[in-house]
Amino acid sequence: MTTLLFQNARLIDPEAQTDSTGSLLVRDGLIEGISGAQEAAPEGATIVDCDGKALAPGLIDWGVKIGEPGERHKESFRSAGRAAAAGGVTTVIARPDTLPPIDTPEALEFVTRRAADAPVNIRHMAALTKGREGREMVEIGFMTDAGAIAFTDGVRVVTDSKILGRCMTYARGLDALIVGHPQDASLSKGAAATSGKFASLYGIPAVSPMAEVMGLDRDLALVDMTRCRWHADQLTVAAALPAFQRARDKGLDVTAGISIHHLTLNEFDVGDYRTFFRFTPPLRSEDDRMAMVQAVADGVIDVIASFHTPQDEESKRLPFEAAAPGAVGLQTLLPAALRLYHQGGLTLPQLWRAMSLNPAKRLGLPSGRLARGAPADLVLFNPDAPFVLDRFKLLSKSKNTPFDGARMEGRVLGTWVAGNRVFGEQP
Amino acid sequence: MSFRARHLLGIDHLKPAEIVTLLDLAEEYVALNRRTVKHSDVLAGLTQINMFFENSTRTQSSFELAGKRLGADVMNMSMQTSSVKKGETLIDTALTLNAMQPDLLVVRHPNSGAVNLLAEKVNCAVINAGDGRHEHPTQALLDALTIRRAKGRLQRLTIAICGDIAHSRVARSNLILLGKMENRIRLIGPSTLMPAGVKDMGVELYEDMREGLTGADVVMMLRLQRERMDGGFIPSEREYFHRWGLDAEKLALAAPDAIVMHPGPMNRGVEIDGTIADDINRSVIQDQVEMGVAVRMAALDLLARNLRAERGAKASGVMV
Repeated sequence: MTTLLFQNARLIDPEAQTDSTGSLLVRDGLIEGISGAQEAAPEGATIVDCDGKALAPGLIDWGVKIGEPGERHKESFRSAGRAAAAGGVTTVIARPDTLPPIDTPEALEFVTRRAADAPVNIRHMAALTKGREGREMVEIGFMTDAGAIAFTDGVRVVTDSKILGRCMTYARGLDALIVGHPQDASLSKGAAATSGKFASLYGIPAVSPMAEVMGLDRDLALVDMTRCRWHADQLTVAAALPAFQRARDKGLDVTAGISIHHLTLNEFDVGDYRTFFRFTPPLRSEDDRMAMVQAVADGVIDVIASFHTPQDEESKRLPFEAAAPGAVGLQTLLPAALRLYHQGGLTLPQLWRAMSLNPAKRLGLPSGRLARGAPADLVLFNPDAPFVLDRFKLLSKSKNTPFDGARMEGRVLGTWVAGNRVFGEQP
Repeated sequence: MSFRARHLLGIDHLKPAEIVTLLDLAEEYVALNRRTVKHSDVLAGLTQINMFFENSTRTQSSFELAGKRLGADVMNMSMQTSSVKKGETLIDTALTLNAMQPDLLVVRHPNSGAVNLLAEKVNCAVINAGDGRHEHPTQALLDALTIRRAKGRLQRLTIAICGDIAHSRVARSNLILLGKMENRIRLIGPSTLMPAGVKDMGVELYEDMREGLTGADVVMMLRLQRERMDGGFIPSEREYFHRWGLDAEKLALAAPDAIVMHPGPMNRGVEIDGTIADDINRSVIQDQVEMGVAVRMAALDLLARNLRAERGAKASGVMV
């Protein structure tokens, strides 16, 4: 196979937490060497002159909704894959909340086959209960054998604690990872905003941030009881952090993520009922947003993801509380995350720890790092290139982004999956 | 003219001067409405459509009468029986209506923000006749006119708003309007019926109605919105009446010349004692209904003037 030499790169190493100039050698799809010096090109190597731009592990986006099966008009594996490549995402962890959900080995086999359409790596999570109805567990064993990387019912919380406890106990025997959505379902029912002055003035049905704390407390107690491996898809309020930290200190095998939207937007961004800003959970206060940025910097929150949720125009052209939640994010994850870098809250190695290294470690993937022997899944980007986002230029089939018309910085110049260029001009 | 709004979607976007302009014009319509021949032709040739996605008798008939007295062609559409039931979206309904070239659209909808959404999609002037728990601007304006007529001013009054604040768009619009006009606002009610974050809105909060009413110039009662309560906000109607219902004993704590208001329809014996509602020395509830028609006439008139000015400017722009 081919040999590639990236020269004059600003290497972002999330493992060593370094940001330094150097070169990187790729052979046969794997990273073969990293050097702080200007290396001479081996014979036959293709040289990529990075011109001082940033070279980092490709992003691993954990929790992407793809419309197959059931809603291919919103997103297909092909369109999602192209959007991912253009956004510097080299591994997509797909959600099982499709129509029907991925709750059988057969359904898993279908999406695995369909995913071959995408130019990036795609791994699948499976539902935790049949039909995501919270009543009977899926065939966790068969699905693990068939390649399910984790089990989750998504935002549909398993409200029956006895059933969730059994799922966790059974999963522990297989060392399977369960992804939970910390939320008290009865408290948050019907809510479209976080309770507070904004929601009250605009008359939007709202939920207290405490619903997340209550959901987290219950789930952590069950993890303590069953000792399964558990990941919170999104922690978004500061009040949830102490309980989470206590569980970790106690030695429970728990991790947590957050969406990029909750790190870069707050409840006031909804403004005049803009439905592209409707999320589950809803956007939070500015105090919470800042606390969560700090939690990522401190390593309390492990993972940042886009929670890419394509919605067609019709499901967003509705009154706010009736509109479908979620936003596309595969192509905006990187420039949105760079807002946190430019504002000074997080360094590039810290961001990449949360967007590549940590998800790889948690999901047992060999990628996500700049290390010898790791797959050459890479993104080359200019962190300072400014642009104004036009949602109709996004490659996703759905264009529902809260960043439409926003000024952003950070342009992806090239994306490589196992050493093959999947985005950007061939050198 | 100091009223520049294109739509009347809420009190929030009105300036104090615009509120005063509208109330002053409404005064003229109060006079007109008291004549035997109650007719003007300022809206002659214009089409007004009343689109109510939620049941309403009072507000809808008030708007209908207002439009008719000003000479508009008024059409009522009850959206509960229309194509909405067949799955048509709000925006499609709006576009369909828009194609019929209405000039004034009066809309009530059960979702907050729905009227704003609709206003973005049509070429005519839109009046919000109540959206979810968000705003009900003409109610606040008619309340303001009632207060101004009864008290001689709309500033420096102590106004107590009592009852189900959380589910009430009337309360929201009123506290914005009365706040803009520099009044002291007290909110009284059980904590379960207070919206979150209300502490930061520059109002005083009282759980104890007696305390809250003490010295108040205006007592504004709200309807207990039974149809909106999805469970367990108050233990029983009789306990509610005991603690937050307006009776003679509690009213005696307010200023001696305090007026009593209610947006209607009333639940007698739940939030207000029947004898107080009927006390012509204290209750201005019937005046509110009268002012409602006048205020809506003023709103329709002002929006029509702005609409004509806008269209005129556009037409001359084309010729140049």
